[in-house]
Amino acid sequence: MSDALIRLSGVGVRYAGQAVLEDVQLSVKPGEIVTLIGPNGAGKTTLVRAVLGLLTPDQGEVWRRPRLRIGYMPQKLQVDATLPLTVLRFLRLVPGVDRPKALAALGEVGAEQVIDSPLQSISGGELQRVLLARALLREPELLVLDEPVQGVDVAGQAELYRLITRLRDRHGCGVLMVSHDLHLVMSTTDQVVCLNRHVCCSGHPEQVSGDPAFVELFGQDARSLAIYHHHHDHAHDLHGSVVVGKPHVHGPNCNHG
Amino acid sequence: MADFLFNALLAGLALALVAGPLGSFVVWRRMAYFGDTLSHAALLGVALGLLLDVSPTLAVTAGCVLLAVLLVTLQQRQPLASDTLLGILAHSTLSLGLVVLSFMKDVRVDLMSYLFGDLLAVGPGDLAWILGGSALVLLILIPLWRPLLAITVHEELAKVEGLPVAAIRLALMLLIAVVIAVAMKIVGVLLITSLLIIPAAAAQRHARTPEQMALGASALGLVAVCCGLALSWYEDTPAGPSIVVSAASLFLLSFVLPRRTA
Repeated sequence: MSDALIRLSGVGVRYAGQAVLEDVQLSVKPGEIVTLIGPNGAGKTTLVRAVLGLLTPDQGEVWRRPRLRIGYMPQKLQVDATLPLTVLRFLRLVPGVDRPKALAALGEVGAEQVIDSPLQSISGGELQRVLLARALLREPELLVLDEPVQGVDVAGQAELYRLITRLRDRHGCGVLMVSHDLHLVMSTTDQVVCLNRHVCCSGHPEQVSGDPAFVELFGQDARSLAIYHHHHDHAHDLHGSVVVGKPHVHGPNCNHG
Repeated sequence: MADFLFNALLAGLALALVAGPLGSFVVWRRMAYFGDTLSHAALLGVALGLLLDVSPTLAVTAGCVLLAVLLVTLQQRQPLASDTLLGILAHSTLSLGLVVLSFMKDVRVDLMSYLFGDLLAVGPGDLAWILGGSALVLLILIPLWRPLLAITVHEELAKVEGLPVAAIRLALMLLIAVVIAVAMKIVGVLLITSLLIIPAAAAQRHARTPEQMALGASALGLVAVCCGLALSWYEDTPAGPSIVVSAASLFLLSFVLPRRTA
């Protein structure tokens, strides 16, 4: 674990007395892709904010490799319509970026054509690529992506997954990604962490791309997608609490109370 | 040209120059009400300055800076929405200022000049303060420009990229506080925000970069000051409101002019 980029141990966060995260362990190594899944309100975004240093957890420890360069792709970007800002100018808000560098980063994500467009006029898919380009311009050691495929159809999702994998291969960075889907994850994911206030379970996604039914369903895209089978034995109610009354047997990756 | 007119022109032009870029941030960050609150509180600063027998300009600057800090603290510590909080502070500080002034029977205060400005009464001492304050704000603004744009686009992204977001935000508020103290003599506490917002809004439609909008706002502000002073000189209208009326006319004009394409 000494080669990790980030390591969270026993992290707990409370909002107004309510526990949002409890005793979470997580680490990301260079070149590793970790996908965070979980239902709405499971604390995924809170966990990402703790990783990024945007909030200080009430319990536990967040360790980052000293001078770790993080490239962050936020879930959404709302820029006031009165601010005249082109994509190029947006990318140049990162110090030391000139037009050739910005163009190269946009080229990597396949969005060169929008370089001179106003930021507010490009489509949602283009904006996601531009945000990814901005994260890349930081030459990140760790890429943190908050729901990069939200609102994108399965084909677009598969394409974005291929892109993220390619970027990981080229830059050798670790990737921490939040997924909105509970079962369908990126096939190159090394570790899936299922979060619902605590880490419910974690493990490798199943390579199902060889399954004929799966290929029939997703076609070409089957290779970039994978299914994650949850293997926790407890259930959650609508509020995310572990349902009591059902005896809970701790699994191998289960680390809560 | 008469001395007092020259002083007035110089003061107005200095203010227009700094109000352009700062006003652009007020528009982009939707801080209009914040500016209004600070300027209303300026009157309380005047009253306290008279009460404690310190220079009103100094008292206003100190008062605005204190209020800006208080606002940031309150926003983080309690659940009321920002606009509610601003509404409470704006009107209670304005009223408190008026009440405090009314207690000082032995001081003759020309309330109208504080509320609507008294540009033609700017003396050499005022002028030095206005020019110095404006120059200071511009000098601080230049290195802050890119970080300010970055936090305006996305605060969390800026923070992850290593910018001290809270300090930059506070710096912007303090700069606005200084400009308000500078502008009080020129257009008065009730009209200050208009000088920040109207030129920036007028420049917005025709700007293609943030810098174009900021410089355009400065240029339009300069024109508004000249037109307003001319109106005041020839038609004997109050100077501050004349400048605001000129700025508003320019704003309307910006809608009539065709927007540049390509």
